[in-house]
Amino acid sequence: MATQAEHSSTNRRDFLFVATGAVGAVGAAAVVWPLINQLNPDASTLALASIEFDVGAIPEGQSVTITWRGLPVFVRHRTGAEIEEAKAVPLSELKDPETDEARTKEGHEEWLIMIANCTHLGCIPVGESGDFDGWFCPCHGSHYDSAGRIRRGPAPKNLVVPPYEFVSDTLVQIG
Amino acid sequence: MSEHSSYTPGNAVEKWLDDRLPVVRFAKEHLMDFPTPKNLNYWWTFGAILVMCLGVQIVTGVILAMHYTPNVGLAFDSVEHIRRDVNGGRIIQAVHAVGASMFFVALYIHMFRGLFYGSYKAPREIIWILGVLIFILTVATAFMGYILPWGQMSFWGATVISNIFSAIPVVGENIKQLVLGGFAVGNPTLNRFFSLHYLLPFVIAAIVGLHIWALHVPGNNNPIGVEVKESRDTVPFHPYYTMKDLFAMVVFMIPFAWFVFFAPDILGHPDNYIMANSQVTPAHIVPEWYLLPFYTILRAIDFNVLFIDSKLGGVIAMGGALVMLLIVPWLDTSKVRSGSFRPLFKWFYWLFVINFVALTYLGAQPAEAPYTHLAKLCTAYYFLYFLVILPVLSRIETPKPLPTSISESVLGKAHA
Repeated sequence: MATQAEHSSTNRRDFLFVATGAVGAVGAAAVVWPLINQLNPDASTLALASIEFDVGAIPEGQSVTITWRGLPVFVRHRTGAEIEEAKAVPLSELKDPETDEARTKEGHEEWLIMIANCTHLGCIPVGESGDFDGWFCPCHGSHYDSAGRIRRGPAPKNLVVPPYEFVSDTLVQIG
Repeated sequence: MSEHSSYTPGNAVEKWLDDRLPVVRFAKEHLMDFPTPKNLNYWWTFGAILVMCLGVQIVTGVILAMHYTPNVGLAFDSVEHIRRDVNGGRIIQAVHAVGASMFFVALYIHMFRGLFYGSYKAPREIIWILGVLIFILTVATAFMGYILPWGQMSFWGATVISNIFSAIPVVGENIKQLVLGGFAVGNPTLNRFFSLHYLLPFVIAAIVGLHIWALHVPGNNNPIGVEVKESRDTVPFHPYYTMKDLFAMVVFMIPFAWFVFFAPDILGHPDNYIMANSQVTPAHIVPEWYLLPFYTILRAIDFNVLFIDSKLGGVIAMGGALVMLLIVPWLDTSKVRSGSFRPLFKWFYWLFVINFVALTYLGAQPAEAPYTHLAKLCTAYYFLYFLVILPVLSRIETPKPLPTSISESVLGKAHA
């Protein structure tokens, strides 16, 4: 009986020991999390999440760069030749296969709207250059085609199309 | 080596202090009487030079922080304010900026010395690993410091390097936002980098303390790599090496001072005198010269390897190039420490040095042929040297006969 009591009290002590340790670890994690979370984008940064832009003033064959969430965004008014060229590329030739239709809005194929940071390391590619009549990133030599799709070089993905929609014929809401 | 104590308190006050906090004893044993191999050459003075460099950066940095403003609207102007308005600011700012470059000159020489003389071999592995940690922390500190003037290269350098995090599968984009405090480099990024740039040098100083502590357990390696066998192989650190180190520091200060007084901006990039603009990428982004070898390795991987895409591949290669240094003690298993007695090793070592200089050169060139091909070749040799050449040489090489002791090598056979 005595040994059993001793035995059970050792068990109880072990349990308390582990439980205290567990509560301590959870407590420490609860303290550390806000200290890390403060590094995440703050409310004032997140508040810039949605903008409107009128594309009507951009003539065919020209681009503008606007800012959305602190990121540069290309808005390009593509020529007919550029659209045809993009549509003619077979998907099997693409590193990150995506059709031209998937990268534009139906009825607005002439507008190509993309985040202007190279998907490699974030430089802004130079327009109307490179070997595929699209963009060329001077930092590490990535070539994008006239639909902003990666064709050659170290970048892994096509230029990112942000979430957007046409509010009217020429007014675009990004974000 | 310091088992016997050479310190006897001279008077009652010293005795009183020695019984309570033996700092004088510690200084006497480790800074003055520490037995040091008598054959150390000038390549061994760079440790002391590096301590001086860290001191210079901390003193000038604390002063610059008194006049600098970490805000995207004001940072660029505040650096110009330091250079134009603050008393002596022109020189203090130049010493800090040039000092970063001189720090890396000394760091690279110190590391290449270790690689040649096998200073990483048993029982000095921990000294080497702590040194590699100091190197990596110094790279991080220098990188964050380069963001602070908020010029074009500051901004785009930060953009390129922070995008490295987005290469991590699944959580990469979230980690990048956590690091930057936004969707792109901005004011939150500048603020936190300033905070960390101020913190890290003190962390480095602490690890330097451990590095020297670990050094004082087995004592110094030396140019012949034969351990100290008797007391006549050594001389006391003071005055023999305190004076030699001081002389080397003075010589090191000559090019340092030349840059500060005659060409303070020559090591920087002209684009960094244009204020940061998130809408315009400079035609040609180059990091500071001391990061170029690793930058070359990063961009040399422009092809997919199995399921690893080129971007992640580049990041793994660059990280691997640094991590590789941590395991060098176990890759080079040759019993002979010093490269002077390894006839084959010598060739591959100097080829590695030339290759490293070539990697530096290629990092500053545009991303086009033939540079991209050369970059792949040099990156391949960097990894081959550590992963293949060092282990294989350890097995097949016949080293030259070693002197039996330091004294014999210094004095010749006649005295042995």
